[in-house]
Amino acid sequence: MSAGQLPVAAPSGTWPMFRAMVGVGLACGLIIVSAYLGTKPRIEHNRAEALAAAIYDVLPGAVSSATFRWQESGGFAPLRVEAAGEARVYAGYDTDGRLVGVAIEAAGMGYQDVIHVLWGYSVTEEAVVGLKVLESRETPGLGDRIEHDPAFLENFRRLDVSLTDDGQALRHDVAAVKHGTKSNPWEIDSITGATISSKAIGSLLGASASAWAPRIRSGHESLEVKP
Amino acid sequence: MSGHSTPSTTDEFLKGLWRENPVFVQVLGMCPTLAVTNTARNALAMGLATLFVLVSSNLVVSALRRFIPKEVRIATFILVIATFVTVVDYVIQAISLDLHKALGAFIALIVVNCVILGRAEAFASKNGIRASVADGLGMGLGFAFALMCLGVVREILGSGTLFGFPVLPGRFQEWVMMILPSGGFFTLAGWLLLFNWRRQRNAVREEAS
Repeated sequence: MSAGQLPVAAPSGTWPMFRAMVGVGLACGLIIVSAYLGTKPRIEHNRAEALAAAIYDVLPGAVSSATFRWQESGGFAPLRVEAAGEARVYAGYDTDGRLVGVAIEAAGMGYQDVIHVLWGYSVTEEAVVGLKVLESRETPGLGDRIEHDPAFLENFRRLDVSLTDDGQALRHDVAAVKHGTKSNPWEIDSITGATISSKAIGSLLGASASAWAPRIRSGHESLEVKP
Repeated sequence: MSGHSTPSTTDEFLKGLWRENPVFVQVLGMCPTLAVTNTARNALAMGLATLFVLVSSNLVVSALRRFIPKEVRIATFILVIATFVTVVDYVIQAISLDLHKALGAFIALIVVNCVILGRAEAFASKNGIRASVADGLGMGLGFAFALMCLGVVREILGSGTLFGFPVLPGRFQEWVMMILPSGGFFTLAGWLLLFNWRRQRNAVREEAS
């Protein structure tokens, strides 16, 4: 170093940088996996409780419920042992044991992340009769209004998802429309300032209804009696 | 260093609580301060989550300070902070899904809370473990205290409750604005006014004496 130059710390070699990043990365991975495994049973228990409560929220009049899985051969069968990834629905029954409706889980991409919802389906009305957001990371103050905005949730008190005569598809596509322009029972009145989140709900609900409503129409006899 | 006394561990702890409070003095971490203090419960939970991340990251960064080359220090600090935020995220979900839902995206956003990276870079990477933990505890408790100051005022005036229990007479008309974002700004402004007024008054008194 020549006279007059300020002392400069020598640059670190490749190995120390590599060692630090990989070492810290491995340790962090271990901590995250341990935390995940340690909290998983409790989180699953909490989610199951929240789901059970949500079933009664989206199916007004239901006092008990049973879980069913869709069989590839057609019809529903009671699901007694929980299996991950199994397509399932939750049938809700009134005090006399009559089928009130079916609660269905659905998910779709929102503005920030995947939005998970539970929606209630009335077999007799062929309509959505309730919706509850189970999980979302939408923008606080804007997109997250899909969870609790009373006017928005009013859309799902009776949203038409009726089927065509052959029972294979929805008669009308579920669509989120600009706030204040809803004119049909299958449209969702969006929230101003949360258009993308509102559309995401419309889109995931439409996809889920298209998949489940035909199955429920064809196999609803197996859901009528509480197992 | 000659002529410069080294602060004690107690000093490191106490400075964050009051003299260098991250919210009221340094005005850092404004995003959660304004966003999740609409109830005392949310404010307390966010304060405790940040406290945990701050203490843990300070501890790890201080312990590894000689092992981490300066070129990769910020990336490594963020990795450490993000790890503890993920742990906190799981723990909050295990405690209460409702609380997790109420705090929403702000749990993940603890990663970018400048109080945490600021303390890791400015303090923990240059000091021993004991002093760094004391610094993290002081700053974390100071942050939690500030959030509680806002949360308590906003919940009482905005909902008439404190931790969900009614504290104001039934005839009290809630100031709904206080639990909305604008209420956060007004409340923060009120507390900053109070803090600055006290500091100026104390400075004048010290000068006079």
